Amino acid sequence: MIWELDLVILSLVVVAAVGAIAIKDLLGSAILFGAYSFMMCLLWAIMGAVDVAFTEASVGAGVSTVFFVAAVFRTTRRSKD
Amino acid sequence: MSDFFSSVADYYNYLIYIVLMVIGLYAIIAKKNLVKKIVGMNIFQTAIILFYVSIGAKRGATIPIIEHGHGEAVHGAGSQAIKAAEYINPLPHVLMLTAIVVAVATLGVALALAIRVYNRYETLEEDEILAQLREK
Repeated sequence: MIWELDLVILSLVVVAAVGAIAIKDLLGSAILFGAYSFMMCLLWAIMGAVDVAFTEASVGAGVSTVFFVAAVFRTTRRSKD
Repeated sequence: MSDFFSSVADYYNYLIYIVLMVIGLYAIIAKKNLVKKIVGMNIFQTAIILFYVSIGAKRGATIPIIEHGHGEAVHGAGSQAIKAAEYINPLPHVLMLTAIVVAVATLGVALALAIRVYNRYETLEEDEILAQLREK
């Protein structure tokens, strides 16, 4: 485990999580959530959990983002908070 | 005091996991938009996964694939003992693999329910939905 890289990616993860729930645009929220999932995937790879990193990259960052974007396009982009 | 800081430096992964969990919980409770709540639920789940993977991590260990574990050397007389301290614990990884798949399944169901709610009430905001329910 490389702790410098670990700290940088951990702070990016927190920034992406706060951004995903603070932004008013739901499509932007979905994209930021994809960025958050991909940062998490890098984190697993650093911590040696390579199998979890694979699954997170394909399922977490891929399929989840597609689900969110599809749901936002079938409903509305606006959000009050 | 220096003990405190060194323990914080040793366990910063766990601190970030608590921060992420609180962010997710805040989004579930305080946000009024349904999609925001679902994003918060997913952040909460990933925080738990971060906790479990952090349990399995070790300093100075490598990924859990046995070196020279295949080929001729395995059956020979010189096959060496496996030292557990040299490998990261793979048990939490396997558990969390299942958790990621379950997270995507719950995400799909939650978004399908949100789309149904939007088709019926024409809004995703929780307070507007409750106001429409009270009118009836």
